[in-house]
Amino acid sequence: MPGEGPGRASANGRAAFEAALGLLAAGIAAWWLPQMLELFSIINATVYTAMAVLALSLALVWGFGGILCFGQAAFFGLGGYAYAVAALNLPDTTYAVPIAILVPSLAAAALGYVMFFGRISDVYMGVITLTVTLILFNFVNSTAGEEWRIGAAPLGGFNGIPTTPPLNLPGDPGTPLAPEQIFVLAVLCLGLCYALCKLVLRSRFGRVVVAIRENELRAALLGYDVRLYKLGIFTIGGAMAGLAGLLFANCVFVSPTMFSLAYSGQIIIWVMVGGIGTLLGPVIGAMLLQALTAWVGTLPEINPNLILGLVLLVAVLAIPRGLQPTVAGWLRRRLPEDAA
Amino acid sequence: MDLAIATGIQALTGIATLLLISLGLAIVFGMMRVINLAHGEFLMLGAYSAILAVQAGVNLWIAMLVVAPLCVGLLGVVVERLVIRRLYGRMVDTMLATWGLSLALIGAVTMIFGNTVSGFSAPLGSVRIGAYSTSGYGLFLIGATVLLLLAVWAVLRFTPAGLIARGTMQNAGMAAALGVPTERVYALSFAAGAAVSGLAGALMAPFSGVLPTMGTAYIAKSFITVITGGAAMLAGTASASVLLGGVNTLGTFATTPVLGEVLMLAVAILLLRLLPQGITGRFFRRAL
Amino acid sequence: MSVLLATEHLTMRFGGVVAVDDVSLSIEERELRCLIGPNGAGKSTFFRCLTGQYRPSAGRILWRGEDITGLEPHQIARRGIGIKTQVPSLFDGLTALEGVVLALRRQHREREARRRALAVLERLGIAELAHRPVGLLAHGQRQLVELATVVAPAPDLIILDEPTAGMSAEETAGTAALIRDMNRDHAIVVVEHDMQFIRAIARKVTVFHQGRVLVEDSAEAVLADPRVHDVYLGRPPEARQAVPA
Repeated sequence: MPGEGPGRASANGRAAFEAALGLLAAGIAAWWLPQMLELFSIINATVYTAMAVLALSLALVWGFGGILCFGQAAFFGLGGYAYAVAALNLPDTTYAVPIAILVPSLAAAALGYVMFFGRISDVYMGVITLTVTLILFNFVNSTAGEEWRIGAAPLGGFNGIPTTPPLNLPGDPGTPLAPEQIFVLAVLCLGLCYALCKLVLRSRFGRVVVAIRENELRAALLGYDVRLYKLGIFTIGGAMAGLAGLLFANCVFVSPTMFSLAYSGQIIIWVMVGGIGTLLGPVIGAMLLQALTAWVGTLPEINPNLILGLVLLVAVLAIPRGLQPTVAGWLRRRLPEDAA
Repeated sequence: MDLAIATGIQALTGIATLLLISLGLAIVFGMMRVINLAHGEFLMLGAYSAILAVQAGVNLWIAMLVVAPLCVGLLGVVVERLVIRRLYGRMVDTMLATWGLSLALIGAVTMIFGNTVSGFSAPLGSVRIGAYSTSGYGLFLIGATVLLLLAVWAVLRFTPAGLIARGTMQNAGMAAALGVPTERVYALSFAAGAAVSGLAGALMAPFSGVLPTMGTAYIAKSFITVITGGAAMLAGTASASVLLGGVNTLGTFATTPVLGEVLMLAVAILLLRLLPQGITGRFFRRAL
Repeated sequence: MSVLLATEHLTMRFGGVVAVDDVSLSIEERELRCLIGPNGAGKSTFFRCLTGQYRPSAGRILWRGEDITGLEPHQIARRGIGIKTQVPSLFDGLTALEGVVLALRRQHREREARRRALAVLERLGIAELAHRPVGLLAHGQRQLVELATVVAPAPDLIILDEPTAGMSAEETAGTAALIRDMNRDHAIVVVEHDMQFIRAIARKVTVFHQGRVLVEDSAEAVLADPRVHDVYLGRPPEARQAVPA
């Protein structure tokens, strides 16, 4: 558009910068993945990708919606369990996909309704989401007996559902997807979710959501129903976390640890370290920190929780804006000098 | 009749437990508006310090009542210095940092002691009530909780330090203007809250078993209790404990322990929907 | 002229304190009204009742005859009421233009909203701030950006809470002129306590005291009224009767 002024130009510049960063990451991944796959496996790569989707869901809810959700793992777990239960009961596992997305969306909508229409402040919101997650964890953990089954699916208590079937080719229940195909599917989902986030944030809905994060009262005084917009973004985040749970269920199997505090904590750490208010940052944060956790896991004498905890502590104290804005700011300060 | 008494004691134990595990958090939240997500780990460390002291030959009661609060209180001093003080006024960042601390403590303790349950058995044997028997330690726990609550109340109500603390709680800016060293008040409050948490963890140890992740079992309950209680830290936590502990016990009695907890949480969320400021936002407003 | 906004026996209690006490007043279409009173007179509480931030304890608020008491702020805003708060309430992370565009996006599509937003910024003389993040602007500039945000959707009524707070005498005079200019298209209620400003506006004035309406008259009459002087000097009106003239 002509005559857009300097602000638009710099916004375009930033978008281009972010796109370049994304391309760079993709390039590194393309070069690095084959080497990494020797060390781990295609299944691990799929888990990483599923977690990146999960990180993206919280990046949207917390970073742009300003909603402090300490229980994103709840929707992740619900998505996984909904998929597993539906897949075990339905003839074609393809039909389980919409269920795996719908169930956590509805849960998010219900929880969001209580929180946003109850005008609960953000700190209390953190506590409530955390508590709901813990209760789900305790509940699923206690479903060990034979009486806990939904149709053909035993919930299995702390063992989870080891018989979680993988997705099959749509319309062909006899042909389950190979791990490689599920990996490609996961990467596609990540790309789609990223694009969806970008689209949402560019729409009027997304801009109002960001405006509400900036100033709730002003948004209301302009006639926007703050509660509805928050509910909307929270539900989208729940759906995305459910998708991540579905992908996770397809490479491992579902178990109560999906609802655990450790998972909720990790998601927060990915977003915090990657950068609140960015999309790419949390994706990269999720990848880096999982690689770190996996590496620490090979050292018998060090507990991964210790490292994760220290990373979060240091991130809050030292780089509260997160990696992406910090690195981007540093690059921006360096680049003009080099160019001049 | 005997059944009623036995059930009543059961309910009282549930209420006392809830109050005990929440009090340290309530002190820190009430005084400083800081939500300490490492609270569960403070409880866990209290339990471990008691166990270590007992293993080192210290008398059980001294280990629980003296060593545990002392150790965790000292840890509180360190944590306040290194973390909390840097983040005053940034509630969300404080929550995140203490969550990091919580994970790190779980990791560190797992590395040192392993992911296994240890513990010591409850002293004081059992007490008979007609056809039923109840543990003597449970009765002791109820008594100890009431005493602890009274002690904290008395300190706040009757001592000069308590007056300063109440003043800071009401209006930190005004207290500072009057020459109260608010930084020191906060440091002491945090240490006191940590010490109470350590004591609570040690007292709970015979009931719960001790393992590195035990804090996560308590943290949600204590949070929901403190927040349901609202601004007045003692009256709020006590009334919320009575309500939620009662609901939990009755729910457990009628169904299963897990459903009892689910019911308790549902009641808490419903309460927050009706009283966003917590119980003491509406009732007992002038209480401590 | 028809009545735009009216309150009937509006009352707001906080515990034992009655901050707004049985206030009935009405604003007509295209009117420019000043609400004044010393600190603590109940102006701001009254303002918050009108905007939906407080739910009044008793009484009604009518908008074109429709009862809007107890509606949410966004529902009141949608009726066509623009509100400027005392401390500028802005989207600090967005640019001035983005904020004004959002104000227009409920009624217009993106392209039209953008065109109108630029026009409003132009009209208020702050077009050069369009692409600056609002959080980085000076106080006076922020006041103007907020005015632009409020005026842009062409509300029927604009309520301004202390628009001259923290302004120099010169800026105050400029703002008074601007408000008179805006009054050609919108009814305006200005909540103020600055008497100089009231003099500059020179329209109908309602004086608040202890939560009640003390006087309602033209600016000259109010400024000459000894009761108003007493209130501003801190003498209760009842005490005056006891003092011999």
